[in-house]
Amino acid sequence: MTDTINQKENFIKGIVKENPVFVMLLGMCPTLGVTSSAFNGLGMGIATLFVLLMSNIVVSLVKSQIPSKVRIPAFIIIIASFVTVVEMMLEAFIPFLYEQLGIFIPLIVVNCLILGRAEAFASKSNLISSIIDALGMGIGFVLALTVLGAVREMLGSGSIFEMKFVSEDANTFILFILPPGAFIALAYITVAFNKISIKT
Amino acid sequence: MAKKKSTFINMMLSLLTITLVAGFALGFVNDLTIGPIAKAKLERKINALKLVLPKFDNNPVEELKLVRSEQAKDSIEIYPAFLNSEFVGVAIVGSSEKGFSGLIKIMVGFEPNGEIKNIVVLDQKETPGLGTKIKDIKFIQQYKNKTPTSFNLKVVKDGGEVDALTGATISSRAFSEAVQMAYDVFVENMDLIKDSEK
Repeated sequence: MTDTINQKENFIKGIVKENPVFVMLLGMCPTLGVTSSAFNGLGMGIATLFVLLMSNIVVSLVKSQIPSKVRIPAFIIIIASFVTVVEMMLEAFIPFLYEQLGIFIPLIVVNCLILGRAEAFASKSNLISSIIDALGMGIGFVLALTVLGAVREMLGSGSIFEMKFVSEDANTFILFILPPGAFIALAYITVAFNKISIKT
Repeated sequence: MAKKKSTFINMMLSLLTITLVAGFALGFVNDLTIGPIAKAKLERKINALKLVLPKFDNNPVEELKLVRSEQAKDSIEIYPAFLNSEFVGVAIVGSSEKGFSGLIKIMVGFEPNGEIKNIVVLDQKETPGLGTKIKDIKFIQQYKNKTPTSFNLKVVKDGGEVDALTGATISSRAFSEAVQMAYDVFVENMDLIKDSEK
């Protein structure tokens, strides 16, 4: 990577051209697992964004000190440490969200999006580029999870960010809050997303 | 900067350094959050207690009593409540493993005469949109101000008086079972609960 890299493009690519969820289909486990509401998707997205940003920063800083044969274990330790920090912080200060996300917080460790960016980008790029890359990818992930969560919540619970827009007794598509609904919603959004982004 | 060569010493030292730093950092964050985590957990418990109990001025969490019951594997938590040193009610944590997706844990508040004051769901993994409706006021309303001696806690299908949730009979049944368990514990341990009177 040269220094002449266009940082704006570097940032935008994570959101549109290389969107981690809709284009690269990375990190499917939390994407499908926690997006039963817009709020859950947003919370998971921000937790992942934080871990991604911190791990990209650290990996970019220590990259020259890590022998290439042990780089994967080294990256995983760095990522796992930040995930544990996020987990403890959430439990202490946002216990409501911590309960909602449950097992999916420790599972951020194995989200291939984070290791993927550490391995493919941060370990080869300078600090600034790595930060921009993490922000772009992270925000792309946050947006994707929030949109997916919002769609599933609207169809499945008839509400958006917990605000109901149908009556209490209305029949909603419960399927969309259940796991199969996650796959169906993701598929349709992916199609729509790619249709639009390829055109532009 | 050139990359470090993958010699044995280099690999060992770099991994050692990383794990050391990570270990110290995590220990530090743990120290930082251990207080707030305990506080958040306690707050949650106290909030649930406030919902299910009549007005009280003692600290039920401090007077927690644990009893054994044949109906549950773990010991059952009993929180007695007092106002001006007078026994005003008790909260009992009942549970059932017969939920649609396993354990359902609820906290039931009883008046001294055995009337159900209110119920709060502490833990459940039921189907969203169906079984999770056991948390709704509309469902819990059926149990409020009822005394299990005169109100059959089973669902209508089983010959009881509780209207099960549409599409979630199993969850409703498990919920009722948990309430029944809490009531049984209440009856069995009446003396113990009232003995704590000061």
